[in-house]
Amino acid sequence: MKKIEAIIKPFKLEEVKDALADVGIEGMTVTEVKGFGRQKGHTEIYRGSEYTVDFLPKIKVEIVVADSAAASVTAAIVKAAKTGKIGDGKVFVSAVEDAVRIRTDEKGEAAV
Amino acid sequence: MKYLIKTSLLILLITAGITCAWAQDTNVIAAATEAAATAEEAPKYADLDAFAASPGYSIFTAHNLWMMLCAALVFIMNLGFGCVESGLTRSKNAVNIMFKNAIVPCLGIVTYAFVGFNLMYPGFAEGSGSWFGFAGFGVSVADDVAALTDSYNAGYTYWTDFLFQAMFAATAATIVSGAVAERIKLSSFIVFTILFVTISYPITGSWKWGLGWLNDAGFYDFAGSTLVHSVGGWGALAGVIILGPRLGKYVGGRVRPILGHSMPLATIGVFLLWLGWFGFNGGSVLSANPALVSLTLVTTCLAAAAGAIGAMITSWVVLKKPDLSMVLNGILAGLVGITAGADQMAMTSSLIIGLVSGIVVVFSVLFFDKVKLDDPVGALSVHLVCGIWGTLAVGIFGAKAGGAQLISQLKGIIAVGLFTFIFAFVAFFVIKMVMGLRVSAEEEMEGLDIGEHGNHAYPDFQPMAEK
Repeated sequence: MKKIEAIIKPFKLEEVKDALADVGIEGMTVTEVKGFGRQKGHTEIYRGSEYTVDFLPKIKVEIVVADSAAASVTAAIVKAAKTGKIGDGKVFVSAVEDAVRIRTDEKGEAAV
Repeated sequence: MKYLIKTSLLILLITAGITCAWAQDTNVIAAATEAAATAEEAPKYADLDAFAASPGYSIFTAHNLWMMLCAALVFIMNLGFGCVESGLTRSKNAVNIMFKNAIVPCLGIVTYAFVGFNLMYPGFAEGSGSWFGFAGFGVSVADDVAALTDSYNAGYTYWTDFLFQAMFAATAATIVSGAVAERIKLSSFIVFTILFVTISYPITGSWKWGLGWLNDAGFYDFAGSTLVHSVGGWGALAGVIILGPRLGKYVGGRVRPILGHSMPLATIGVFLLWLGWFGFNGGSVLSANPALVSLTLVTTCLAAAAGAIGAMITSWVVLKKPDLSMVLNGILAGLVGITAGADQMAMTSSLIIGLVSGIVVVFSVLFFDKVKLDDPVGALSVHLVCGIWGTLAVGIFGAKAGGAQLISQLKGIIAVGLFTFIFAFVAFFVIKMVMGLRVSAEEEMEGLDIGEHGNHAYPDFQPMAEK
């Protein structure tokens, strides 16, 4: 099994979710995060004091899939989340040792 | 130390209870003296029923009704302050801010009933140049006709008088809470508030509204630019100086912004305050007089609007972006600015007073940061600086404008300022020595909600043990 973590622009979440549904993914976990890569921050001002905001709001999507599905899922996410502008995000794929469905006690690929 | 404070408070309460029982006698004496003074004329009415049947009853009811409504409007300003302060400070302190804004009006009203009202209105003879007087502990009515008919006042009963003024006292007390937010110890703040609203506010108030020496000197403060707002501002200034800035505010030679956690909440607060001002200024006419009240409400709203516009333009030009929190401060600044002379101004003067307030408040906020006086909500800029401006404006604009009036206004500003600032400074200093004024650095970092109250304002998800 593979874990796919995608950091995407927040407004892209619906598109990515729909694209994942199209390739048969039925579940995911989503968190609001802040981060930056090469995209620079911007300056804000509060009651006369300027400050630089480096960390920008992003959404992290996490899914665990069977090994065979990893490539197509990754491609689907990249296609849906791309705007071509700086700050689009990244996708990380890592190996998962095991998975358990809590309700049924199913293990391994049957659990994802 | 905690036990010492708790015990002292308990003793205070018991003493207050005993004196209240004794106070009934004192007020009978006071009322009897009052009745005796006016007994040269026979009492107007035999009893309340006779008053109800009299021709003056309807109009008195109308006046009194307006005054009671105004008391309710001033009351809601406490919610306004709570929302403004909470919105402009961090969420980790929201419970603490709301707690202070909930308890201060309650302490204010109760102490005003025991002491403040009779300290602020001790019954000075006009022209006697009085500085201090006290009409006894507690509020009560011994003679219905003398207290509850137009014999007491053409505009309101004794009870209405007390409640309206009590709401004002609560407002003055709560101005301090914003400036000292996010780092003051709750217990210390409560002690200061009790001292401030029980002793300082009523004494300075008595000098003008209680017909004391400042009234004789020609000083004019229609609804309290000096007596309420700058009094709160001076108290806040003393607190800010002795307390010091929030951790991390002035670090590395820069002013580092500490963002408020909810701009919508701050906005809600400011509009609640504006609504309250309809009662604050409208009720300071002390009757429902259509000419005066309608004029006052107009000057009040014009100044508020001009304050917003002034702050908007100033922040847009000076800070490159129109700043919401500055515009909110601008509205309040305009309101504070017009408060000294709301019944004296025409349209243009009101607009100018408001506009100048709005411009000044922006620069004032920047100034206080520059001199490292940390004021999270702009209370010093809104209430102290614009309170002074509004008081001076009575000598510059409107029906009372003139050199002599300006001198009188200055006298009031200086006298009230000196007394209040020194009182507050000494109070804060002694409190700091005796019980500490500031929370620990760890608590300040974690948030006063945890340290002072043991809970969160916004628990999010909080895994808790079921059992």
